[in-house]
Amino acid sequence: MKQKGWKECLWGGLIVDAGNSVLYKTGDWRSQKPVRDTEKCTDCLQCWILCPDASVKVENGKVVGIDYDYCKGCGICAKICPFDAIEMVQEGEE
Amino acid sequence: MIQALSGNAAVAYALKQVNPDVVAVYPITPQTVAMERFADYVADGDVDTELIMADSEHSAMSCCIGASVAGGRVITSTASAGLALMWEVLYVAASNRCPIVMNVMNRALSAPINIHCDHSDAMGARDTSWIQVHAENIQECYDNIFQAVRIAEHENVRLPVMTNMDGFTLSHATERLETLEDPQVQKFIGEFKPLYPLLDVDNPVTYGPLDLYDYYFEHKRQQVEAMELAHDVVVKVGEEYGKLSGRKYGKLELFKTEDADIGIVVLGSTAGTARVAVRAMREKSVNVGLMKLRLFRPFPLEEIKNALKGMKAVAVMDRSDSFGAFGGPVFSEVRSALLGEDIEVVNYIYGLGGRDIRQDQIEQAITETAQVAKTQKVKSYVNYLGVR
Repeated sequence: MKQKGWKECLWGGLIVDAGNSVLYKTGDWRSQKPVRDTEKCTDCLQCWILCPDASVKVENGKVVGIDYDYCKGCGICAKICPFDAIEMVQEGEE
Repeated sequence: MIQALSGNAAVAYALKQVNPDVVAVYPITPQTVAMERFADYVADGDVDTELIMADSEHSAMSCCIGASVAGGRVITSTASAGLALMWEVLYVAASNRCPIVMNVMNRALSAPINIHCDHSDAMGARDTSWIQVHAENIQECYDNIFQAVRIAEHENVRLPVMTNMDGFTLSHATERLETLEDPQVQKFIGEFKPLYPLLDVDNPVTYGPLDLYDYYFEHKRQQVEAMELAHDVVVKVGEEYGKLSGRKYGKLELFKTEDADIGIVVLGSTAGTARVAVRAMREKSVNVGLMKLRLFRPFPLEEIKNALKGMKAVAVMDRSDSFGAFGGPVFSEVRSALLGEDIEVVNYIYGLGGRDIRQDQIEQAITETAQVAKTQKVKSYVNYLGVR
């Protein structure tokens, strides 16, 4: 996304377009990424319930992946997983 | 109409005539009486204002910001430690581009505790992106309120305005002044036009989001531009007010500067004493002129340069000190404005904590500055007037 200059943007950082947080990809805040073991995962969806950033992707009641564009790497999913199916891996080490 | 009012009563009367949507205040000497009077107007039903009695000045300014972004015309008043306690939220008000008007009755800062006039409070807030005007007398205090409303709300500006007046010297003195009729005031200030109000639920807006290294700098640059554009607005509003009231206002006021060899620069009520001193020194054939700075933010660099150009020496009076700096804040900026000119600029710090400033002391400063002009030698750039 091309960044605007001071003559183009609204003052005070005002946001007048609703639902724009999708434009701000917070994935680059992450230092550790959650890696899911599909063998161990039972699709209990505890991670989906607790992810503060809606970054656990679910289709038809099954976990299909993690959205690394927005996942900040908080590790809640790895902590809560009852089957140890999610491991936090240092970025750049996988 | 001609009235005899104290500075506090004149401010309260001006606020009544503006009839703002919201006033949020916390009492502090020497501003308390103005707000007591205004509370009377509210209680008597003379205004439609929602008066919020906050639990501190920090809260008062926060209420003002909330009311302003909600879409209301907002006014408040404070002084001294009250302004200092607002420090954090002064930036929030300006950065959210809230056209709030705040009357500041200038008073020294603690410690030791002191309730009398100096400009330490206003000067501490000089970098907050608030427009600052200073008044010489109660007429100006009254007139500045209406102009401040217009300047703050102008679409090219949308910045808060601080109308400064000397605590006690003006707030508690009674002077004759000419007041406008209520409909004249209402016509002059016009209807408040909110921009991006929070209460417009059909057009939702977020104020104060997280603004990091990617956009914060751009938003600060916009404030610089708003200050730049405020220069013209101050002049135009001052001219328009002149047509209405017969009292025209500009960024600064000059007295006998055209043929002057030396100049003296002052803010606030000291201008009155300085004018008398200049007149007396002229009779002694000292070619001195007075520059009264009305606008301190944005700083009227070009006008100052033009008015002082050709002089040999200039004395800048500061009613606050900037401890550890080279002189007071007004001195630093005036001297920097004159960079490249062949003018010696000297500083006189005076009147801290309400210490009286007398005509003979200003005459002494003029005499010393005349000596600098004559010899082109400066004994001391920063001088303290009236300290034992």
